[in-house]
Amino acid sequence: MAQISNEKTAKINKISTATSIKRLLFDYSVPVLFIIICLIGVYFSKLPAVFIVNTLLTRITRNSFMVLALVLPVIAGLGLNFGLVIGAMAGQFGILIVTHLKIGGFPGFLMCLLLSTPFAVIFGLMTARLLNRTKGQEMISSMIAGFFANGAYQFILLFLVGTLIPIKNPDLVLTRGIGIKNTIDLTTEYGLKYSIDAVFQYPLFYILAGIGAVTGLIVIIDYILKSKKAPEQVDKFKYITRLVISGAILGVSLWVVMSGSMLNTVTLPVATTVMIAILWAFNVLIMKTKLGQDFRTVGHNMDIAKVSGVNVDKTRTIAMVISTVLAAWGQVIFLQNIGTLSTYGSHVQIATFAIASILLGGASVTKATSGQAILGVILFHTLFIVSPKAGNNLFGDAQIGEFFRAFVSYGVIGVALGLHAWNKRIQALRRQLDV
Amino acid sequence: MNKFIKKIGLPRLIITLLFVAICISAVVLKLPFGMLASDVIRRFGMFGVLALAMVPSIQCGTGPNFALPIGIICGLLGSLIAIEVGLTSKALGYGFISSVLISLPLAVLTGWVYGLLLNKIKGSEMLVATYTGFSIVSFMQIGWVTLPFRHPEMIWPIGRGLRVTVSLDSTFGEVLNRFWGFKIGSVYIPTGLLLFFFGCCAAVWLFSRSKSGTEMYAAGANPKFAAAAGINVDKNRVLGTILSTVIGAVGIIVYSLSFGYLQLYLAPLYMAFPAVAAVLIGGASTRKVKISHVLIGTFLFQGMLTIAVPVANQMFPEGNLSEVLRQIVQNGIILYALTKVGGES
Repeated sequence: MAQISNEKTAKINKISTATSIKRLLFDYSVPVLFIIICLIGVYFSKLPAVFIVNTLLTRITRNSFMVLALVLPVIAGLGLNFGLVIGAMAGQFGILIVTHLKIGGFPGFLMCLLLSTPFAVIFGLMTARLLNRTKGQEMISSMIAGFFANGAYQFILLFLVGTLIPIKNPDLVLTRGIGIKNTIDLTTEYGLKYSIDAVFQYPLFYILAGIGAVTGLIVIIDYILKSKKAPEQVDKFKYITRLVISGAILGVSLWVVMSGSMLNTVTLPVATTVMIAILWAFNVLIMKTKLGQDFRTVGHNMDIAKVSGVNVDKTRTIAMVISTVLAAWGQVIFLQNIGTLSTYGSHVQIATFAIASILLGGASVTKATSGQAILGVILFHTLFIVSPKAGNNLFGDAQIGEFFRAFVSYGVIGVALGLHAWNKRIQALRRQLDV
Repeated sequence: MNKFIKKIGLPRLIITLLFVAICISAVVLKLPFGMLASDVIRRFGMFGVLALAMVPSIQCGTGPNFALPIGIICGLLGSLIAIEVGLTSKALGYGFISSVLISLPLAVLTGWVYGLLLNKIKGSEMLVATYTGFSIVSFMQIGWVTLPFRHPEMIWPIGRGLRVTVSLDSTFGEVLNRFWGFKIGSVYIPTGLLLFFFGCCAAVWLFSRSKSGTEMYAAGANPKFAAAAGINVDKNRVLGTILSTVIGAVGIIVYSLSFGYLQLYLAPLYMAFPAVAAVLIGGASTRKVKISHVLIGTFLFQGMLTIAVPVANQMFPEGNLSEVLRQIVQNGIILYALTKVGGES
């Protein structure tokens, strides 16, 4: 048995480099298209590189966590979790409490994560219950649930605070004594602004050069070890691309460092990046556990999962709760960078932007990886940064660029959902024909 | 008791109770009755046609038309073209009739294309519809800036593109409301508006009694059975979508007319949701709807929201309680309907 499967994998792995490239381009047609659009945008925006890199880095570090929260529900077959909005509300409850208690800085940040978690767990459980009752319509349900929760959230913060919930803090409550203020400043002495970003910062290109060198080395060592063991099983193409990418990262960073350009002033918030990296690792590692396999089985086919003894509803609930908690934390990371909490606005568009990002990275309703999430964040936010300026230079109107990016975020979701539905229908038809 | 609740439907019961409670508090707060009643009637007629657009789409089996913004955009374009070209004479209802006539072919065409799309994605209509609507609205934002409209009342005096709201004062604003309008005591009855709304309802009802209407209903109610009986299901779904889009286009013109402004840019983005909520409150489900659901639902939902504004303002002068109430009720009812879909399949 083992031999046969070994032979099989060897066969599969031995694909010529040309077909590999073709398949890569096909699988990544969406990201490739948007890489081209982004490059055009960058060119026509005529913005200085330092500005783009700096803004992009800020946006990547503050948004990636939220987008990574989308991965698990997709694998568990719940589709794109529009309920991120609900998690974000939990995060904002945490921020409000911490601001009320006047705990600032890094302890405040940790406290915020801790306090928002129970809210997020409860919200996640409620959303999961709803989604388990609306199987097959999860995405629209989670979206409407987000709208509904937004109403409830406003009701609590605008009308219950000061009447039923006795908070008298003048920093938070409106002057009439009822309701939380529209904007809450997090830059005060006890504020959360940069509470994790500022923990440890280091020039970006030094770090990138280091990462490039280390990954390059790992790839080479890995290749040597593997080819000694079983040379025919090695997919050369994979190693070459990996080596080229790490070499390129190393080369570019070294060039930047040597040339002494302005780009050297760009610093990376290391602690935030580490959090994102941990989440990435979590998303990868959980798939190697029993629970991760359950996610995959349930996501693949609920009936088969049920027959093979997996508790479908429970598995889906766990995926939703994890995603909601991560969304809450992601919102805290997002807002500590922004520095002001717009009580009734910060969370509203969060799911749309996160979902548009992951789709731009090449994910679909049924398949998503953390890598796609990060690539998508980079593309989406590049588009965000350059499109007003590019619109201005190309059409003489910055508005057109802004409208274009709004259209892209809705349009890409629409197209992805449409394609998914179409695909699902074709598969259903095929199954009918088979039976 | 349980039977009674089941017959009326839990959500309808809750909303009715809420409506009654708000009405009572309006009386207790001594709010001017005449003004409130006039407002309720006006909003009833104003939103009614938009809610009516849900009927053909639910009957033909594509579910509530969350892509109503497609029809809305057609209606807005029709009105803008009518005003731009100057078809606003008295004989043309100061532009109302011409707006409807111009938007009809647009709506038929887009409805047809959209109907074909819906046939490709059976089973996920609601979600795809929502995002189709969002995409069209955000795409038309570019359109409102770049389309070559020149009429000074519509474009910004400085800069490019159409205004965010285009006033209809000099054209067909309130023209239906004033048609045969009269006052009973302090309550203003916008006869033309109501007649038009009831006329539309009657037309849809008559259509559903006709041969093609029955066919469409059969195709929606049980596609497999209908196909076996020789009915072309896909064609009927397209027909329903076209009708829904057309009614949506007419609906937004009636809405704008009564409102006094055409609202462009992001305004149509969420307009499908109150319309969907209205028919659901009236007792419809995502698979079944009657004209009476439209009438009852629009009256309850819009009436409740209209009266809630002054009541809420008396209780909480700041903060928009009635807007929050709208969000909770509107999305709560849609969620409730969605859980029922899941239960069936």
